Amino acid sequence: MPVTTSGSRSILICSGKGGVGKTTLTANLGIALARQGMRTAVLDADFGLRNLDLLLGLENRIVYTAQEVLAGNCRLDQALVKHKLEPNLALLPAGNPRMLEWLKPEDMQTIVGMLRESFDIVLIDCPAGIEDGFKNAAGAAEEAIVITTPEVSAVRDADRVIGLLNTRGIKPIQLVLNRVRPKMMANQEMLAVDDVTDILALPLLGLVLEDEQVIVSTNRGEPLTLNGSSSPAAQAYNNIARRVCGEDVPLIDPAKVRRGLRAKLGRLMQTKIF
Amino acid sequence: MTLRDFINKLLGRQPASATTAKQRLQLVLAHDRSDLNPELLEQMRREILEVVSRYVEIDIEEGDVSLETEDRVTALVANLPIRRTKPLPVEEPHDEEAETDPVWTASQA
Repeated sequence: MPVTTSGSRSILICSGKGGVGKTTLTANLGIALARQGMRTAVLDADFGLRNLDLLLGLENRIVYTAQEVLAGNCRLDQALVKHKLEPNLALLPAGNPRMLEWLKPEDMQTIVGMLRESFDIVLIDCPAGIEDGFKNAAGAAEEAIVITTPEVSAVRDADRVIGLLNTRGIKPIQLVLNRVRPKMMANQEMLAVDDVTDILALPLLGLVLEDEQVIVSTNRGEPLTLNGSSSPAAQAYNNIARRVCGEDVPLIDPAKVRRGLRAKLGRLMQTKIF
Repeated sequence: MTLRDFINKLLGRQPASATTAKQRLQLVLAHDRSDLNPELLEQMRREILEVVSRYVEIDIEEGDVSLETEDRVTALVANLPIRRTKPLPVEEPHDEEAETDPVWTASQA
């Protein structure tokens, strides 16, 4: 179960593999936490390929970035972009990709340390891969959420990342399983939830069903959790936020999402016989 | 094995792809996870032998420390043939203890 501490928390959101939903989770979880009254900062640690600003719809309001803050060219509050509809949420945009040449883990620690002074939760959107970008971001986090999809490549990469997080003493490390397709799982054409949690040996923080509304919301730059959407993914993100805050919210059962005879047959076929 | 796997097997069909995926993943992760560099493993082996040889006399040449992965758990397996146990380090037992615990004194003798 999620651990809650009285002080400010820094949570790394990472996956290893690219394109599994790190930034979407960061944006939606950030908004959902802010709506629950948590003062939340989201930090785009993907300096090479930044996108968090775009998913939050804040791309036109960036004046300064983490780069100017580190260089001492502006104050932290000048660089922070507050969300107009959700004032509890602020984005610290990623700097120029050339920052990667000189950025050190200590720099990330400095930035996150500054953010933690005025926010309850700092979410760090980690770049894909396990190279310097990942190491810089991981060095500034105390907890981690690993996000993966039920695909062999994503699970394998998640396993590598979990190994690295473990050696850094980051805990708790919790898992979000994204893009779950109940029908494919019922037909055993997709790794089952238990398969993934068994292999990765992490507690499950949330299950997000494959949902077209995620694409619609990114088109608009309005995270699903912002407008009270009741789509499956929106519910999943809201539940994840509640669990992060220590609430005991039951996980959905993908097998129960579908009804009818075919679904029943699918469940029967999944019975373990030996 | 699930009911579907069993039926597929009976009919001579391929197993469901999720089953194949799980098996392939377990295999590839066993390899990935045991990716401890040989130098570190050798250093660990030496230190383990050193600690163990404080208590028992072991065959240094035969001693083997290796990584084995089964299911999702990677285990460090040490196979250390013991030549003979060393006598326990002799300590002066306290008088009270000697009276209350005769077995202890006997082993010291």
